[in-house]
Amino acid sequence: MADDAIRCDACPVLCYIKPGRTGSCDRYGNRRGQLVRLDAHVVLDRALQHGEPLVPFLDRSRDWDGQLISGAETFVTAIGAGTTYPDYKPAPFIISSEVAGVDMVTVVTEGIFSYCGVKVKIDTDRHLGAEEHIVRAQGEPVGHVTTSEYGSQMLSLGGVRHLTGGTKSEGAVTCETLLNLCNGKAVELSVDDGATVIVQAGKSPIVNGAQEERMRVGCGSATIGMFAKQWFGKIDEVVVVDDHITGVLSQHQAGKLLGVRETGIKIKGRRSTPGRYFQVAEPGTSWGGTNIDNPLAIVSGFNPKFAWKGLRLLMVSTTGEQHAYFELDENLKPVEQNLPPSLTESVSRIKENCEPALSTVLFMGGAGGSLRAGVTENPVKLTRSVREAFTRVTCGGAPVYVWPGGGITIMVDVTRMPENAFGYVPTPALVAPIEFTLPLKDYSALGGYMDHVRPLDSILRDENRQRISARAENPWPLSTARISEPPK
Amino acid sequence: MRQPPTIQMLPDGRRVHLHDGPIDLIVEAFGDPAEIREAYRAAANRFGSILDELCVELPLLRSRASRGNSGPDGPVARRMYAAVLPFASRVFITPMAAVAGAVAEEILEAMTHAANLSRAYVNDGGDIAIHLSRSEHFSVGMVNNPEASRRPESPCLFGSANINFEDSTRGIATSGWRGRSFSLGIADAVTVLAPRAAMADAAATVIANAVNLPGHPGIIRIPARDLAPDNDLGQIPVTRVVPPLRPAEIADALARGVQVARGLLGEGLVCAAALHLQGATRVVDRPSRLAIAPRAESPANHRGLAHA
Repeated sequence: MADDAIRCDACPVLCYIKPGRTGSCDRYGNRRGQLVRLDAHVVLDRALQHGEPLVPFLDRSRDWDGQLISGAETFVTAIGAGTTYPDYKPAPFIISSEVAGVDMVTVVTEGIFSYCGVKVKIDTDRHLGAEEHIVRAQGEPVGHVTTSEYGSQMLSLGGVRHLTGGTKSEGAVTCETLLNLCNGKAVELSVDDGATVIVQAGKSPIVNGAQEERMRVGCGSATIGMFAKQWFGKIDEVVVVDDHITGVLSQHQAGKLLGVRETGIKIKGRRSTPGRYFQVAEPGTSWGGTNIDNPLAIVSGFNPKFAWKGLRLLMVSTTGEQHAYFELDENLKPVEQNLPPSLTESVSRIKENCEPALSTVLFMGGAGGSLRAGVTENPVKLTRSVREAFTRVTCGGAPVYVWPGGGITIMVDVTRMPENAFGYVPTPALVAPIEFTLPLKDYSALGGYMDHVRPLDSILRDENRQRISARAENPWPLSTARISEPPK
Repeated sequence: MRQPPTIQMLPDGRRVHLHDGPIDLIVEAFGDPAEIREAYRAAANRFGSILDELCVELPLLRSRASRGNSGPDGPVARRMYAAVLPFASRVFITPMAAVAGAVAEEILEAMTHAANLSRAYVNDGGDIAIHLSRSEHFSVGMVNNPEASRRPESPCLFGSANINFEDSTRGIATSGWRGRSFSLGIADAVTVLAPRAAMADAAATVIANAVNLPGHPGIIRIPARDLAPDNDLGQIPVTRVVPPLRPAEIADALARGVQVARGLLGEGLVCAAALHLQGATRVVDRPSRLAIAPRAESPANHRGLAHA
């Protein structure tokens, strides 16, 4: 077979693609010996956001209406823009447009990120795995479990050690996993000695086959604080079972202030402050993120000095999904009874106050390296300009968070980016769009490629562009870049 | 890495986009909302395995079709094979010449079997299978260049066709050297109406190949293999550049295509055809019926190939 052709493995057709050519799908091509995705270059169209339908990307060849869009209403994203190599060459597109009387420049490039990763927040109390444990996709290590945060389990996936530091297969699977997560596809992940979870950005997670519906209303102690008043007078004792902090109404400050009578209940685990218990059980995927199915497992007994026959006890999880009601018999043993109608409302109120459980995916990459050389001949000036907020960074037009400190380390919510904004190269690395927008005079001052600046309408006129509507929830990328005083 | 098929509703909330590898379908059904849902579900179910089915038989589908062969096994592959067989003794043709139309037919059939629809179409990159119930019709616009957006300055709508229930047309296809597939000819676009989409696909390929000026020094042709090593056309030269032609040359090239199209019309393999080359259009049609209305000057803002 032809020596310089490469085999595309994006679909079972397995095209051999010559350099500079595309496969039979026209989506993947051979660019200097590398397989790259070549989707139409995406242009955000602000005017279209007001109820007009998107231009379906498939029909892009037929939907051109010949219309030229005036300056500031159109933003050229880096999706499909390609990149330049070597790095010192100017970025593929350096676009000028006028915004409120000021000439602005947007430098548009697709970055190849071989150090990048994603942070995944999974809204569930269920124990997915111990901190530091390896997260796998298709059996390959692609990341690890990190600290759980406020009722969500956090995963850190990707990064240079998985992309390039392991076996070839580990790198390929990591790249595929990141690509799918960033493009909003579902991915199955398994944690060593932990759970299997299906994660999809913006969708509810599926833990060990069970769809997670709600994230907890708060920790067990917080739940006591929130609902103590509604329980007062209707029940003698409430225990909110939570792997992190289990709350006990009669001992909790909230119950004390209301004058709830002592019940003598004894809870296993380590008491923190009154009415707040740590480590009542092992972490798991049952009641409140513990491993217990029978809530009485965390109750070691009742002190007869305070408890009484007929004492009414409600045990409930932090999402309200599990609950059980008991009354003490003459031996002060809890006997399960049906939940009295007067309490059903308070249990469903917990459920109602839980937010829908979602998985969210933040792409994290660094634009502080060689990529800057395509923007300016003096790269550190770009870093400073971003720091000082004169230069706005966007990914496919979506706002990014620039992490303080050195470099340009960005985080972006992938669900705010246009569909299929990410690509990959088999090195392996992710390809992500990145745009730098700044006033033209600032661009000139930081050593920009002024002779490569081209007006917006030239872009729209002469090449294959896909117009999509800007997302209403995103700030318009051209609207709020800060206008600086002329640098001295 | 194998990318899974994607199936999604387009933002207009009416049409469904199905994509897998080189297959891109736009599907729209008309009728009772419950029936439409059922039809879309059936389309999605059928779509999942189509590319894999085809790829299993890819070597056979990329080789020259001939009556002696036993033919392929898969349902889509059989549609392809049946559609190109009438041409197999006359020209070099492989079942791949009908792949788009055959996929469109297969999905349309899955939909019409599952649901009761007044109208429906499956558009596979310009090769379209249509379904019509009594008294329904489709209007179809024809563009000369599937990559029109790369050349927005050139006119694109060169004709329109009205397809009624009574007509035998249920498939539409367009072929030309500017399109995604390679062509041996120089037509900018040949649009064919035929009883089935796979038939239209194969016939459009054959007619577009016939629109030609053999030996013209300005036309640049390159062996298909040099562009795409695994292409089914192998060493056969395919058209890469067509220079501006003189009116007499255009007429000559179109006449060759018209002759082939007339023959196919007589055999009942096509219902009508429109041939377009550098601004000139020839329509081959039954004398009594004007299925295709050519259009002299085309507006630049044409949208969509098939619409209600």
